[in-house]
Amino acid sequence: MVIAVASGKGGTGKTTVAASLASVWGGPITAVDLDVEEPNLHLFLKPVISGRATAEMEVPLADESRCNLCRACSDLCQFKAISVMGDVLLTFPEMCHGCGGCLAVCPEKALSPGVRELGEISWGRADRAGFLMGRLRVGEAMSPPLMRAVKVRLAEIQAREPGDVIIDAPPGVSCPAVNAVMDSDAILLVTEPTPFGFYDLKLAREAFEPLGRPMGVVVNRAGLGDRSVHDYCQESGLPILAEIGFDRRVAEAYSKGLIVAEALPEVRQTFLELADRARGLAQGTADA
Amino acid sequence: MKLAVSVQGKDLNAQVDPRFGRAAGFLIVDEESLESSYLDNSAGINASHGAGIQAARTVADAGVGAVITGNCGPKAFQALQAAGIKIYTFEGQGSAAEAVKKFKAGQLTQTGGPSRPGHWG
Amino acid sequence: MPEILVISGKGGTGKTTLTGAFAHLASNKVVCDLDVDAPDLHLLLKPEPESVTEFYSGSEAVIVPERCDDCGLCAEMCRYGAVGRGPEGPVIDPLKCEGCKVCVHFCPAQAIDFPERHCGQWFISRTRFGPLVHAQLFPGQENSGRLVTLLRQKAREMAERDGRELILCDGAPGIGCPVISSLTGTDLAVVVTEPTPSGRHDLERVVDLCAHFRIRAAVIINKYDLNPEAAAGIEAYCRANGLDLLARLPHDPAATEAMVRGLVVTEYQTDGLAGLIRRAWAGIEALAGLKRAA
Repeated sequence: MVIAVASGKGGTGKTTVAASLASVWGGPITAVDLDVEEPNLHLFLKPVISGRATAEMEVPLADESRCNLCRACSDLCQFKAISVMGDVLLTFPEMCHGCGGCLAVCPEKALSPGVRELGEISWGRADRAGFLMGRLRVGEAMSPPLMRAVKVRLAEIQAREPGDVIIDAPPGVSCPAVNAVMDSDAILLVTEPTPFGFYDLKLAREAFEPLGRPMGVVVNRAGLGDRSVHDYCQESGLPILAEIGFDRRVAEAYSKGLIVAEALPEVRQTFLELADRARGLAQGTADA
Repeated sequence: MKLAVSVQGKDLNAQVDPRFGRAAGFLIVDEESLESSYLDNSAGINASHGAGIQAARTVADAGVGAVITGNCGPKAFQALQAAGIKIYTFEGQGSAAEAVKKFKAGQLTQTGGPSRPGHWG
Repeated sequence: MPEILVISGKGGTGKTTLTGAFAHLASNKVVCDLDVDAPDLHLLLKPEPESVTEFYSGSEAVIVPERCDDCGLCAEMCRYGAVGRGPEGPVIDPLKCEGCKVCVHFCPAQAIDFPERHCGQWFISRTRFGPLVHAQLFPGQENSGRLVTLLRQKAREMAERDGRELILCDGAPGIGCPVISSLTGTDLAVVVTEPTPSGRHDLERVVDLCAHFRIRAAVIINKYDLNPEAAAGIEAYCRANGLDLLARLPHDPAATEAMVRGLVVTEYQTDGLAGLIRRAWAGIEALAGLKRAA
């Protein structure tokens, strides 16, 4: 099963939850960091990395000697990545979305596949958990292409060593976040009981509802704020699967790069229960 | 040679528009005869992204040899340069007619690089 | 006229809390919420919208079943796995559709429409701190930065028209399209971080991004007392990289207490955290070349 840990608002504790869940899971598990812009999971799981690969995306390479300036490519491209300027064929590889349209439409075979570097994928093990992450090249604007490449690598890993998967998703509710959670069996929405947490939880629920995955809520820093999140979950029928009370010791353990479920025994208990409930959610077995 | 001047109005009396990618429009002026025609830049203004590239395409298609504008970002600069179109900077306020006059008198500087940092989006 | 952007790399470090306070302290400005994905500034500023505009950007492919022959070419050519099967034949998943138009172009039956995508809405609003330009992307929409660019343009037009001195922007987390769209051409990036491994890691990436686009950056360490040692490490990093350190702010429940009451910290209290935020803002004004408010 695949459990995605997401949130509308950044900084609610996705990585804290993903790391702790992975450490208490019990059974074969791969932890995947799909927050490729700001990957943090490795800072807590501290994996031993056994392999790396540069992820690239296909972009058009122009052979001007073959170009007859017909503009079929320029007319088709929706992203201004290829243009005929007067009598010159010009490409802007950083704008390219890798759709392959220009390559397919060129009647003169003037375009061939080139590459743009997206970032790096690395994998290894963290104790009993498998580990996989993507890291976007600074300056690369788009996350989804790298995220897709990480998912391809995940499929290869899963084929060799089947098991469960925990995904640390990027914050937000737009395309990167949707990309991260869309293939999961259950989505855990991490929030904090404040006006910001509440508003962004609503956004997250609206964003992910069309995906049709069961969703549950984890309330982090419970006690520091108000009841708006709790009331909302009750009204909307979103199960609260765990509450992590605000505790300075938790914040300090986190600030030292510790997995909070390993640093504090009562927190470990919370996560063991969360793991059970998350499994139940993914399998569709109700756990009132 | 034909020139393109980024303009806020539609004729030689129009004020020069300091922007290139999102200029209101371009006046295409024949350097010798001073005959001019107006090209709307709604494609550039409405372009959700790549406005500079779009504007560059518009003026390149009009067959100009040089552009007179206030500011030009890196993608537009790259596109114009690739098409062999020279870029001249017109500073401050003035009409398209004044800009063309200064150009013909050799009083405008040709830009060697983009004058604004890139905008993404 | 300077434009200041408050970003963080990592989410949750306090950028919106601080931008809200800066909006209170700054005089004669236009405020802009560029976190169009999960905008929160409006929760503090409580805007009254004066205009709402629909935002359309890009297009999406939609198969028209009556014209479709089910030849399968669209599914073959789509690089995003967006073509699935529905009860009437192939159907395009709008969440996966990249809007590239390849299927539309190559469909032998011309059975695919390509309507504009209604991505969200943007607003010009009045607040107790002055005008606010903000937006909300509809959930699941692409956040390519186009809406961010639009908001910045509108804010600048308004500011120039109304004789304002400053554009103050709340940015998005991360280092992708929306952040890049917020950063390019801004005058100062104020980076809010926290003394944790994630905070430090993400600070370095966003500072690299600022350097990549040649944008001046200054740093605020928030919740520094959670780990003074790590905070000292960040200070050393700032010194080593020529980054101005604007402030060290302690973790203080006043921030949440204010938020719960719909106030910014500097409205909620005058001393303590609010006093330190005032000093930080004075530092920002100095860096941005703004005159201090009388």
